[in-house]
Amino acid sequence: MNTRLDATMPFGNTHNKLKMNYTAEQEYPDLSQHNNHMAKVLTPEMYANLRDKETPSGFTVDDVIQTGVDNPGHPFIMTVGCVAGDEETYEVFKELLDPVIEDRHGGYKPSDKHKTDLNAENLQGGDDLDPNYVLSSRVRTGRSIRGFCLPPHCSRGERRAIENLSIEGLSSLDGDLKGKYYALKNMTEEEQQQLIDDHFLFDKPVSPLLLASGMARDWPDGRGIWHNDNKTFLVWVNEEDHLRVISMQKGGNMREVFNRFCTGLTKIEGLFKEKGHEFMWNEHLGYVLTCPSNLGTGLRAGVHVKLPNVSKNEKFGEILKKLRLQKRGTGGVDTAAVGGVFDISNADRLGFSEVELVQMVVDGVNLLIEMEKRLEGGQSIDDLMPEQK
Amino acid sequence: MPFGNTHNNFKLNFKVEEEYPDLTKHNNHMAKVLTKEMYAKLRDKQTPTGFTVDDVIQTGVDNPGHPFIMTVGCVAGDEESYEVFKDLFDPIISDRHGGYKPTDKHKTDLNFENLKGGDDLDPNYVLSSRVRTGRSIKGYALPPHNSRGERRAVEKLSVEALNSLDGEFKGKYYPLKAMTDAEQEQLIADHFLFDKPVSPLLLAAGMARDWPDARGIWHNENKTFLVWVNEEDHLRVISMQKGGNMKEVFKRFCVGLNKIEEVFKKHNHGFMWNEHLGYVLTCPSNLGTGLRGGVHVKLPKLSTHAKFEEILTRLRLQKRGTGGVDTASVGGVFDISNADRIGSSEVDQVQCVVDGVKLMVEMEKKLEKGEAIDSMIPAQK
Repeated sequence: MNTRLDATMPFGNTHNKLKMNYTAEQEYPDLSQHNNHMAKVLTPEMYANLRDKETPSGFTVDDVIQTGVDNPGHPFIMTVGCVAGDEETYEVFKELLDPVIEDRHGGYKPSDKHKTDLNAENLQGGDDLDPNYVLSSRVRTGRSIRGFCLPPHCSRGERRAIENLSIEGLSSLDGDLKGKYYALKNMTEEEQQQLIDDHFLFDKPVSPLLLASGMARDWPDGRGIWHNDNKTFLVWVNEEDHLRVISMQKGGNMREVFNRFCTGLTKIEGLFKEKGHEFMWNEHLGYVLTCPSNLGTGLRAGVHVKLPNVSKNEKFGEILKKLRLQKRGTGGVDTAAVGGVFDISNADRLGFSEVELVQMVVDGVNLLIEMEKRLEGGQSIDDLMPEQK
Repeated sequence: MPFGNTHNNFKLNFKVEEEYPDLTKHNNHMAKVLTKEMYAKLRDKQTPTGFTVDDVIQTGVDNPGHPFIMTVGCVAGDEESYEVFKDLFDPIISDRHGGYKPTDKHKTDLNFENLKGGDDLDPNYVLSSRVRTGRSIKGYALPPHNSRGERRAVEKLSVEALNSLDGEFKGKYYPLKAMTDAEQEQLIADHFLFDKPVSPLLLAAGMARDWPDARGIWHNENKTFLVWVNEEDHLRVISMQKGGNMKEVFKRFCVGLNKIEEVFKKHNHGFMWNEHLGYVLTCPSNLGTGLRGGVHVKLPKLSTHAKFEEILTRLRLQKRGTGGVDTASVGGVFDISNADRIGSSEVDQVQCVVDGVKLMVEMEKKLEKGEAIDSMIPAQK
């Protein structure tokens, strides 16, 4: 369905025009206690410039920044503090989002071009991460369907349309990808329990970072989980992005995980295109997603790996930085490590291709395991210290 | 959650069926009333400030129901919401407020001298007495919808008005964002401090946006008169003290409110009020007087009596735990207050509390002596 008809909408932007009765100073948020990317960048002058603008769907700068105003900071991570409501947000509010993107993505400039490479054959190695250390491997990304507003802003009709398109598309997958869709609102108790046991079920967000941006509206309407019979390929519909695509399995064969990831994603993209819908993508930002931190590849490839010794080494943080990796607890973002097991994944999203990022994880984790083994044997790891990638 | 995203310009490209919320698991006033046909009729309307029907109902869509209370499931974003979305609000108001009709007129009576008795509720049973209400400042959008500029303007006007009070009302304003640790400790110890709402009912309506900007607490030096600025309503006005002298509490309440209103009127920003809905507030449940007059009272025996609920209903009272709405009672101490808000005046409602609590304390005393209370059960008020 064509959702960009030129019919006249009655709403105008009265919800915004009223605010213009107040000066920019009176409306400018108090960011004095704040420490997030948006707060670092949004000056009163910038706010004055942007406050009377809106995207074609009606998303305003106040919509973009609400989550960052409501959530001054986070103890473990430097949060982004802004979201996109549609594809055009990144254009209409360039003045704000470009410096946020630059600061978040290692100096990525407005003139830079992003490379997409979903050819799994370009990955070297990755099929033999030591399973005595690497407990599981996983690659995830997000995709947005062009022509629809994003989760902070979409209406129920849009969200349901995305769900319907997704169900149609996914149901035609076959072979190793053949699977089933479980709508959140129709799940039986058994299905729910099984999905929890498989660690597949996503629940209504509780993080105030997500809630404040409006993406949990109308929960659980239009949300669901699709997975293949083998439980190695999983798609979340209408959570933080239109689609989250996940390939995962126990053990250290990241190559196989990435292979399935690329094959599955490419098939899904084909199925959407058949129905006249592309993914949001452009040559500057790569894949366009809700959170500016996920632009580019939107890819997080990682392993759960036992590093009790390396993680206590004083240079652990530095090593990760040089390898362009980040650590999280095994509950994902916002959690702490348990029992020396860490979630190690690529730190970058934009400015590197999918293959390059997974390569960093493969090479980096291999090195970390070597270091772990050295430290187990009481030996030094000084000669293993890597250069900055 | 912010309201903002419901102003999606593309919604009307989708059919009514596609946009109509799934209310099958819902049990709140909005869900009982909002048919697909009604939604179809209202979905392309907006108030002058841009509040839409989706804004009105978002909290009710996001919160299907509550274990203890029948929630309202909708809010107003401005004074005009109640007019533009009459089709939806009128039946909700009727259902929530005991059959109050669109043609009914509401009576306002803030003349404390009209209250009979109320100065002698037995302090062995009545631990504290309190009267609260809300007020909205005409010309500004309400907490679910207001911008930072508007909210700050409401704060500024309020502080001006409150700082002009004197005598027993002389006091001080504590903005939430500039509070020292010591001030915060004291306000918590006094049970005055309000915090960022955690109830999903309130959050989903958007009233916690930009917290704690322009929110604050004002109280008099005696700590018996308190005003909350920009929490669930523009103003919440509270008069309270230990013991059972509800008459004194109500007098202070009326005098204080009238003084505050004078100052706002001088600035051409009176309170939102009309002769049908009385005082206009964010939640339809608070229309009319917006008044909750109540006591914390020890009723360990009466509260376990089989007819407790019936007695409360007949007296037009309701019970809550001592933590307020959403809480359970502790140690046989209940918060007993008027159940009605609209269709009866402030004096009427406080009278219900005074008379009703007096009766229940007498019943408690009888039960303590092992006597029956059957002959004391009241007729339906």
